[in-house]
Amino acid sequence: MYVDRGRELSIIFFLVLLGIVLAVFAPGFYNARNASDILVNISYITIAAMGMTAVILTAQIDISVGAILAACSTVAGLSAKAGVPIPLVFLYAIGTGAAIGLINGLLVAYARIPSIIVTLGMLTVIRGVIILVTGGSWIYDLPANFRTVGTGSTLGLPNPVWLMLATLLVGAWVFSQTRWGRSLYAVGSNPAAARLAGIAVERTYVSVFMLSGALVGLATMAFATRFTTVQSNTGQGFEFVVITAVVVGGTNIFGGSGTALGSFLGALLVGVTGTALTFLRVSAYWEQSLQGLFILLAVALDVARKRGALNFSFRWPSSRRPT
Amino acid sequence: MSDRPSKRTLALPWSELVLVVGLIIAAIYMNGLSPAFLSFSNFFEITRISVETGLAALGMTLVIITGGIDLSVGSVLGLSGIVMGILHHMGLEVWLAAAIAVGTGALCGFINGQLITRAGIPPLIVTLATLAIFRGLALGISQARSFGSYPPEFLALGAGYLGSVPTQLLVFGVLALLVGLLLAKTTLGRFIYAIGNNAMAARFSGVPVNRVLVLVYTLSGALAGVAGVIFTARVSSARSDAGIGTELDAITAVVLGGASISGGSGSIVGTLLGLLLVGVVRNGLTLAFIPAEQQAIIIGSILLVAVLLNQVIRLRSRRN
Repeated sequence: MYVDRGRELSIIFFLVLLGIVLAVFAPGFYNARNASDILVNISYITIAAMGMTAVILTAQIDISVGAILAACSTVAGLSAKAGVPIPLVFLYAIGTGAAIGLINGLLVAYARIPSIIVTLGMLTVIRGVIILVTGGSWIYDLPANFRTVGTGSTLGLPNPVWLMLATLLVGAWVFSQTRWGRSLYAVGSNPAAARLAGIAVERTYVSVFMLSGALVGLATMAFATRFTTVQSNTGQGFEFVVITAVVVGGTNIFGGSGTALGSFLGALLVGVTGTALTFLRVSAYWEQSLQGLFILLAVALDVARKRGALNFSFRWPSSRRPT
Repeated sequence: MSDRPSKRTLALPWSELVLVVGLIIAAIYMNGLSPAFLSFSNFFEITRISVETGLAALGMTLVIITGGIDLSVGSVLGLSGIVMGILHHMGLEVWLAAAIAVGTGALCGFINGQLITRAGIPPLIVTLATLAIFRGLALGISQARSFGSYPPEFLALGAGYLGSVPTQLLVFGVLALLVGLLLAKTTLGRFIYAIGNNAMAARFSGVPVNRVLVLVYTLSGALAGVAGVIFTARVSSARSDAGIGTELDAITAVVLGGASISGGSGSIVGTLLGLLLVGVVRNGLTLAFIPAEQQAIIIGSILLVAVLLNQVIRLRSRRN
């Protein structure tokens, strides 16, 4: 199997470079507390990014994830306050995400509406429904057993980090080793050919949107649990961060290539840069610009490589070029 | 593709007719909810707050007809407003600052266009990235402060009347007319449709595809710049968070107006009807004391239903 590790290696290269800059100008960056903070901060991004990777692999896009995160957090917060057992709380959240994803997927696959329009409309509708349900007020006083899920640690690592690592491992295995995972690449590369090869293309679209929604639901375990309140406007701009992580991580926006590890590294780069700015005493207001630049650079590299303008590329020795 | 003109005369009035009927139903229903609805002063208030979205939607119409999308308009609006605010704060004459703000918008759009045509990055990604870059620039150079204290003759642009018509509505009317004429009556307009139908075929037919695309995105940016100036005049302060979400409202209006998101069809008249529908629904619901958030559900649903209807009609007619 052909795997291009070029992007993953360039991100690691860039992280090392950033690490050197930080070591020289802000050695205070290096401490266990800070490293753990960064990992916790990217945990829910990475979890959602696994779903977004699947969506983008099939050449679709889901810009409703921020609104879904808000919906799932609201469901989790309200049911936790109502005394629902904690495992069930997260089942509800995941179910909410999956249900919204199902609607997205059906509209994309069978009504043939472009995914950007579907998820744009869905985003508006979800945000409205949330306000309708909560009356626009925040959810306060989340129970302690709910919050320990996000703030507690197991074996020295914060729970959200465990959750992220588990999702990453499963994601990497599913994308590279399972029949469904491989079908994502086929559908994204050439839907017509995938159909002729016997892949149920429509069902694949529905499944990726459901997965994306469900994983956003899972991400609430590493997100909503860390705060004392659920704000009614929570998750705004989340879709942008997730898409940045995935695209910077090397998933081709035209579909057909990308890896779970890449998306994790993309999220890591976004997280480290954000914190690094603070340590380098750069105003946090510039952070958004920098993230935008990352996306542009990453995609420009993709395009240049596709055109063969850049002949250099880092590869693992064992990989072969596709014939 | 040679049958495009006839297809246009068949397809567009149909979807526009649906919109007009929808509008009339909405207006009658809203009037039932609140008798204040069908009055001229109310009508003008609807339009005053819709002008900024409307300006963005004009540019968005051109962009969507070429088969592209411009997610950065909200950020361009914010950045141009901030540029104008800072320049005026530094002592520059207010109208000069406004002109530079519009120029900033055009420059932002030009950058989008260059990245799309030269670097070959898809519009969705370019403008998603520049959405963040331009917003970040607005935040960065202003450090999230806002800039106020403008002369009254400038504020009149956003809050005054000419006769009984809100000033910015006149500005919008003139610009809508110009863009509408450009799209419907000029060679450039035909080029824009040609690119949206089939960019490759357009290129082989001698259409300067890249130059037209750069121009379209530049225009979209410039119109967002004008919207930034009008926003500043309306709320009498330039804020770095101005125009967040404008792109969504603009896309909604354009798609409601019957433009196909995959390019090749759409019109300014359609977009104006789409804008009016969103404005009427939003305003009617406000008068009926339905909070903004519930309005969002209704508008989001209208968008989905409208696209669904359009899609069903399109799939049907393809089958026949």
